Amino acid sequence: MTGELLGIIQLTVLVALAATLVMLPPGVALAWWLARSRSPLTSIVETLVTLPLVLPPVATGYLLLRLLGRRGLLGGVIDRIGVDVIFTWRALVIAMVVMGLPLVVRAARAGFEQGTRRFEQMAETLGAGPLRVFFTISLPLARRSVLAGALLGFSRALGEFGASIVVAGSIPGETRTVSLAMYGFLETGRDGDAMRLVAVSLVIALAAVWLSNRLVREGA
Amino acid sequence: MTLPPDVWSVPLALRMALRQGGFSLDVAWEGRCRLLGLFGPSGSGKTTLLEVAAGLRRPQTARIAVGDAVLRDTSAGIDVPIRERGIGYVPQDSALFPHLGVRGNITYGAERGKAVPLQPILAMLSIEPLIDREVSDLSGGERQRVALARAMVSSPRLLLLDEPLSAVDVPLRRRILESLGDWVTMARVPTLHVSHDAGDLQVATDHVLILREGHLAGEGSASEL
Repeated sequence: MTGELLGIIQLTVLVALAATLVMLPPGVALAWWLARSRSPLTSIVETLVTLPLVLPPVATGYLLLRLLGRRGLLGGVIDRIGVDVIFTWRALVIAMVVMGLPLVVRAARAGFEQGTRRFEQMAETLGAGPLRVFFTISLPLARRSVLAGALLGFSRALGEFGASIVVAGSIPGETRTVSLAMYGFLETGRDGDAMRLVAVSLVIALAAVWLSNRLVREGA
Repeated sequence: MTLPPDVWSVPLALRMALRQGGFSLDVAWEGRCRLLGLFGPSGSGKTTLLEVAAGLRRPQTARIAVGDAVLRDTSAGIDVPIRERGIGYVPQDSALFPHLGVRGNITYGAERGKAVPLQPILAMLSIEPLIDREVSDLSGGERQRVALARAMVSSPRLLLLDEPLSAVDVPLRRRILESLGDWVTMARVPTLHVSHDAGDLQVATDHVLILREGHLAGEGSASEL
């Protein structure tokens, strides 16, 4: 394994970890809200959150580019703050968060729907407020599903390609992740290096899916 | 109902009408309460009545008051949130928090009000040796006693007991119920006690309401059951 390949793997794992940490709080909050709320807004929010799972990833990337570009809805604001996003690792994190969020929400929601409501109500009768109920009852009881969701989100982030290449490009040392590098190697005839990255991806993906399934099974 | 003047009691209003699916509950009772029993066949609405009082079910109309505290009055638009009702609820399945140990369960509601001494309650329910155990290691009877301790330690304004000791063997159950009567008077916590067992109600209640098919079918002393 060359230094170049190790650097690509290290960057990918670090950015995917950062994306997982970023997607967890909103993902868990959304999952809890979707599991508990009776608001008619839930179906709209659920559809919007799930959209990246079914939309072509390149289309999601393009929408992000329009949103975060200098003339975009958020891009102008970000530009005034003086932070570069497009074609940086930050864009990579954002693309990974958007693509991984649906998996976190779906897994965590299943955890919140698996019989935690009764215990939440018991805690309420004992005088606990919403935050205490969430952090001492709901979240600990759904922790396996939340962890499983985090692992799936992390795995999705590791393999992200379509949205990432549109908003972050494939800049060596900056935004070139395993998936982007693999594609680049195949295009330039470096099949051996591509194969090495395939092997690494396979090991990480297998471990993550195995662990995620185990967590869900044991939590059921 | 009339309790002897030397027995502590509080006024209690239990008026509720609830229709849910094929079931309807329509109860109207007001009186003084220390230990009030609820008796009746399965499906008569005893558990539903407790859940309405706890705020876990939403009736179409209701007036529920304990002493001066009105917990729910649909005509006046009063609906005290569950967490502010001051309820100590022991459901049939105990509903102990599976991820907290026995101590964590018992002390969960202890922050709510005045500090309730833990030791006498543990001794009364014979659960001192269980305090450092995991909930998953407890038998059915032990779980019920821990759930009762959790409700008692939470300084409740009203104790709601739904077959709270059905899995405990009869001698211990009767002994605990006798002590519960003393504790209720000492702590001044009016209590609603659901039971299928007329013997239990004779030990631990002053007055019994009989429910049938969601309606109040009679009332009287437990010895008249």
